[in-house]
Amino acid sequence: MNEQQPRLLVLGAGTAGTMVANHVRRRLPHWQVTVVAPTDVHDYQPGYLFIPFGMNSPEQIRRSAAAQLHDGVTVVTGEVDLVDADGQAVQLVDGTRLDYDRLVIATGTTPRPDQTPGMEGPHWHREVGEFYTREGAIALRDQLATFEGGRLVMHTCELPIKCPVAPLEFTFLADDWLRQHGLRDRTELVFVTPLDGAFTKPVAARELGHALEERGIVVETDFMVESVDGERRVLTSYDEREVPFDLLVTVPVNMGADFVGRSGLGDELNYVTVDKHTLQFAPRPGAAPHPEIFAVGDAANLPTSKAGSVAHFSVEVLVGNLVDLDRGRPMSHSFDGHANCFVESGHGKALLLDFNYETEPLTGTFPLAGVGPLQLLKESRLNHLSKLAFRHVYWNALLPGRPLGLPSAMSMAGKHPE
Amino acid sequence: MPTTTINGQQVEVNDEGFLVDPSVWNEELGAELARLIGITMTDAHWAPIRFLREDYAVMGETPTLRRVQTQTAIPVRDLFGLFPGKPAKKMAYVAGLPKPKGCV
Repeated sequence: MNEQQPRLLVLGAGTAGTMVANHVRRRLPHWQVTVVAPTDVHDYQPGYLFIPFGMNSPEQIRRSAAAQLHDGVTVVTGEVDLVDADGQAVQLVDGTRLDYDRLVIATGTTPRPDQTPGMEGPHWHREVGEFYTREGAIALRDQLATFEGGRLVMHTCELPIKCPVAPLEFTFLADDWLRQHGLRDRTELVFVTPLDGAFTKPVAARELGHALEERGIVVETDFMVESVDGERRVLTSYDEREVPFDLLVTVPVNMGADFVGRSGLGDELNYVTVDKHTLQFAPRPGAAPHPEIFAVGDAANLPTSKAGSVAHFSVEVLVGNLVDLDRGRPMSHSFDGHANCFVESGHGKALLLDFNYETEPLTGTFPLAGVGPLQLLKESRLNHLSKLAFRHVYWNALLPGRPLGLPSAMSMAGKHPE
Repeated sequence: MPTTTINGQQVEVNDEGFLVDPSVWNEELGAELARLIGITMTDAHWAPIRFLREDYAVMGETPTLRRVQTQTAIPVRDLFGLFPGKPAKKMAYVAGLPKPKGCV
């Protein structure tokens, strides 16, 4: 390692990558920080959900990726081909080779419609829609604009997915939107999930299951999709159940970046295998250790939600550990899996979930300095307003690395254990 | 934890009936667990179950359906045929392993 100016290479300039680069730049100013990103686009991804309903315009959620990075951070535009972990270098598709002393992989997770037969046919981004990309969200807005009723099916292929509450939010918002447009009584709203309930954690699944039931939403559980037939407009499961639709909103299989798999750093879904507390690369049995490699945010195989809040909290832990290592100390920061998610429930309200590796989402209140207690697992107007306000917080405080008053470790204050 | 007698063997199980200690498992016990959920084991059933046991011993966690498919080349569709409805959960149950890591 270059003792004077260690080289940190960050792959990805989304929420996690941008935060890592900015925090390290501030706390370890003697490091050379380089970020590799495929384009100069940084989208506020929670905003995708609102585009189909006209609650956000596509322009409102997009900014320059480079502009979110502090001065002194070098930006390289390019696509990663391979991590040469033994050689401590990253090879880009255009042939560029970037050496590093420490590598942080923050290339997130990507919807992969190619993984499900029939999904990408001529009906893709038409009757078979999605809202996990900006173009998909815009296409879905246009589909809804001409929707006249029928079967509207919200479907998830396989877990894990980015923002596991988003399919529920879409369903609640669609219910509200259909009512406002006088279409709800002409629409059968169906929620199709590979899980055995509305959500992954029992208390939240119960509360959110009630919310679906109250709205007259049909729930189809344990549905593992085998194929999509856009022509016949049916989803077929491996156990030969069929779900017909007029408009399908699907969440394709999510996968980490292909170079992670090619480089031998990932699991079956190309998520980097890491120690869930330190975020340091943890090789699978028999593979070589590479203690200079870390992964954060959605790119890591952390057993918690793939969500912006996890990216945020895990980055704070990772950077604390990078500082420890820089000072010659053992890593002293430990990530607890903390996730904190607002769930839009329609009618200008939202619920809040707060949980970690050990504690599932519970009911109660969440203390937030300057705003007051927010209701956990219960709909409130204040939760909705907090979610809307977050876009401003994201650009102006979160990405630049200003303190938000949200501790990275989960707290039990205000929670009601069952 | 409740204790139950399966095939003349006293074993600890959790609320859902999964074995608490994977090390007490053997194939006779596996066949009996399968019978309890209405499955008669054949060679086709044993192939993924043996993979689950071997993989768990190395990796320390129950493999997902996707991993079973990529590592054994048994298509997911066939796993649904062998262990109808909820193959991931049923295979873990028969193999005496924890439920595959809940998706989060």
